[in-house]
Amino acid sequence: MVMLNKPARIFGALGFAAAIALAGCGQKDDAPTTKGGPVSLRRLTEPEYRQIIADVFGTTIKVPGRFQPDTRDNGLIAVGTSRESVAGTGFEEYDLTARGIAAQVVDEAHRDTLIPCKPAKATERDDACATQFVTRTGRLLFRRPLTKDELANIVNDAGDSTAKLGNFYSGIESSIVGMLDSSQFLFRQEASIPDADNAGQRKLDPYSKASRLSFFLWDTTPDLDLLDAADKGELDSDAGVAKQVDRMVKSPRLASGVRAFFTDMLGFDGFAALQKDPQIYPKYGSAVAVDAQEQTLRTLADVLVTQNGDYRDIFTTRRTYLTRLLGSVYAVPVKVSTGWEAHDYPEGDPRAGILTEVSFVSLHSHPGRSSPTIRGKALREIFLCQKVPDPPGNVNFALVQDTKNPAFHTARARLGAHINQPTCAGCHKIMDPVGLAMENFDSAGGFRSTENDSPIETAGEIDGTKFSDVNGFKKAIHDHPAVPTCLVNRIYSFGTGRPATKDEAEWLNYQVKQFAASGYKVPELMRRIAGSKAFYRVSTPGTEANNAKLSMAGTGSQKETAK
Amino acid sequence: MSAMSASRRNVLRGMMGGAAVSVGLPFLDCFLNTSGTALASGAPLPTAFGTFFWGCGLNPGRWEPAKTGAGYDMNIETAPLTPFKNRINTISGMKVFLDGKGARPHFTGEMAILTGDVPREQPNYASLDSIVADTIGTRTRFRSLEVTGTGKPTDSLSRRSASVTNPAEISPAALYTRVFGADFADPNSADFKPDTRVMVRKSVLSGVSEQREALLKQVGAADRQRLDEYFTAVRQLEQQLDIQLHKPEPLAACSKSDQPTDALIGTEIDNVVANHKLFAQILAHAVACDQTHVTNVVFGEATSPLRKPGTAMTHHIYTHEEPMDPKLGYQPNATYFMGRIVETLAMYLATLDSIKEGDHTLLDRTMMLAHSETGFAKIHALENIPMFICGGANGKMKMGQHLKLDGEPVTRVGLTIQQSLGVPVDSWGTMSLNTSKPLGELMI
Repeated sequence: MVMLNKPARIFGALGFAAAIALAGCGQKDDAPTTKGGPVSLRRLTEPEYRQIIADVFGTTIKVPGRFQPDTRDNGLIAVGTSRESVAGTGFEEYDLTARGIAAQVVDEAHRDTLIPCKPAKATERDDACATQFVTRTGRLLFRRPLTKDELANIVNDAGDSTAKLGNFYSGIESSIVGMLDSSQFLFRQEASIPDADNAGQRKLDPYSKASRLSFFLWDTTPDLDLLDAADKGELDSDAGVAKQVDRMVKSPRLASGVRAFFTDMLGFDGFAALQKDPQIYPKYGSAVAVDAQEQTLRTLADVLVTQNGDYRDIFTTRRTYLTRLLGSVYAVPVKVSTGWEAHDYPEGDPRAGILTEVSFVSLHSHPGRSSPTIRGKALREIFLCQKVPDPPGNVNFALVQDTKNPAFHTARARLGAHINQPTCAGCHKIMDPVGLAMENFDSAGGFRSTENDSPIETAGEIDGTKFSDVNGFKKAIHDHPAVPTCLVNRIYSFGTGRPATKDEAEWLNYQVKQFAASGYKVPELMRRIAGSKAFYRVSTPGTEANNAKLSMAGTGSQKETAK
Repeated sequence: MSAMSASRRNVLRGMMGGAAVSVGLPFLDCFLNTSGTALASGAPLPTAFGTFFWGCGLNPGRWEPAKTGAGYDMNIETAPLTPFKNRINTISGMKVFLDGKGARPHFTGEMAILTGDVPREQPNYASLDSIVADTIGTRTRFRSLEVTGTGKPTDSLSRRSASVTNPAEISPAALYTRVFGADFADPNSADFKPDTRVMVRKSVLSGVSEQREALLKQVGAADRQRLDEYFTAVRQLEQQLDIQLHKPEPLAACSKSDQPTDALIGTEIDNVVANHKLFAQILAHAVACDQTHVTNVVFGEATSPLRKPGTAMTHHIYTHEEPMDPKLGYQPNATYFMGRIVETLAMYLATLDSIKEGDHTLLDRTMMLAHSETGFAKIHALENIPMFICGGANGKMKMGQHLKLDGEPVTRVGLTIQQSLGVPVDSWGTMSLNTSKPLGELMI
């Protein structure tokens, strides 16, 4: 994340002029009531892990190594983390990363700023100093104060390590590894308490609330102010929550939360393994891929946070941000030789809006050519929350291919063959016309008006709205009723780490209406969700039996034999 | 458990106070005989298990042997496997039952073969290799090692449960560092001294492990299993460190593989094959050095993205869009990639066979399941999926046969492998894929 590049910030300092006009605190919550969902146990994602380390220890601490890959569920990695655990290999990587971080924190360049005291003797244990460090760091890493026992154990283990290795800082180093390897850091483990205002119902405890709030709005661990509020019991009341939400939504750090959400929703993790054929697309490379993601995130942050604009305008905005490298892909001259430059496309330019930016069209293409089918599927799943069924098994594609015919020149011609086959038509009809509208953009994001010397037609129809070209298509998406509904659903899921329940449908509909009434303003939507009761309500835990063994397909298949 | 952890930790603390440590592990307690073919007790060297997966199948009619039973000849597309045919069981004709669930192309087949289940969305169960590893691989430094050739760690098909995938290495150089880097203790080296830093690391992890009991109580039933999987992962690393603290017994066939230089990681077929050659060397040497008993190779992503440089078409796209050549009767471009894949499988087998252990080779004590996820990729066929069990299987399975089992569930292969390797299981698979019938022809 590029927005916040300030060095070593152990939180606490804040307070800026509000960039966003708010309706004011203490909104009247006349939303339908919900029963809530289960408490979640979410593994930190790689971006969250990195952001926390930067916030707690500063951006000069490098986060080395690889991470166990995140998986996507119901459209979001945020939901995938609620069903993920850690594999042996994955834990090996976490441990390697933790050791790399710990070694830097205690090295001579950092120890004086990051460790709040000096030991009496550098070669001996100093429990008082270790206690100071562990209390403070542990609170930020575990997102709650350490228990007495936890603190005593960590300090004692640090002392033991110091004794073995003859160095106070080696002891501190191993205490950091222990905390970073702990499930209390790697998982966001939520807990619930009875809801005093509603007999029989439960809600999140204050520290779980603080975490949900902080990761949702700022994409990081709770800061000291938020933890203090939890300590003092202020998060028990709606007014206390509203106060914190207000503070956090007004902070420039909200942009980090917005960027994190869209990074997840747009599937940018897919860029890690995205490849383009260098002979066909010589301009495309990993530097372009990095800039392309940042271009879209800057566009989103500009429209949604800086301008506090209409969410739907992301599909049509003529303002974008370019580097010189991206300029060469889009054939736009860029004055600055390094860094970013704002650029406004002229009225009617086909490159306006995020759908035809490199980040979308290249991510949803083959390595050597575009794919209207993949793009159509992606657009429906990402922005409209529609599930496109997979093609059925044992379908004979032979009918599609006539060996006597010369090659079809354009994708439209090739896909026309599918559309005319009843077995394929059902699904291809909902994907292809949408994707064909973006055919002016090749697999690497370059603009073209022909394919194999035949002109590209981009007219089509989506869900009853006809369009004549790519800009008409973008307008149709802008006005598509599923677009705001989908966003509200996704952003709620992102915050709670689970798909919305059926019981929450009415509440979500209410939020969609509020979103529309606000002029589709995303910060206001996030404020409403973060300030709502529904966001923290917890359903009664289920009573499934615990089965910690390896789960194997087939019931009753384990023989009662001794190994 | 907490009492156990505490005492483990106390033992460790005691150990760290003392000097040399040599608490024997079961396998390492024994000494090899002088020829290196068996342990001193006469027991054979441990069985190694492997998987080799590729996407988009083979062409029907061109890979199945004409003859069934023993003494068969390889068909055209499997010809590169001929040198090993007496140590390969070819299994043709098997299928996946959907039980009314939708088929998800390139996903359903691999799930059915490896987890015995057709999931509606996400996978539900542990994969075959993890089940086997829990029986044969618990005392090695790595429970299993996973690699993939086309650059995406998430293409690994090895999973311990619905919530845990074992991510695959994409870089031979990174795999080499993990296996043969600073933490590798050469079993044939004369001097050994336990590393104090490793002891401290192990102590840190014991501190983490000790929280298990208390933390498991804090979460609901559904999350308890996931948290316990995390603690299992912590234990595995503790065990790995424990192994590093003990002097390994000599292994005649063990040597480090050469330090590799990666070919460009990606989907260009020549680079993919080049990296597999490097992976094969590292994995074979890792098994020979008893660093792991289980290895999982994914040739490439199931929707096979393999391509030749400068072409817009991939192996996967060819299987669907390339016309059948009327004279040849198959799709020549798609078939080219199949050829490269089978050659690579043969290369893996040859690499294992090149490591001599007395009169035998590493391949002789290996059982490797090689399979795709579809029969005829053009139509996403879920029948006649190519499956091979390769290697000498350490004498635990009858080898060198072609079984033509039209319409039988693919899970019979997984059940046969589990039972041959001593997994105490009498049936496996869900719904119509559930079977209690191993392949009797192969059972010893």
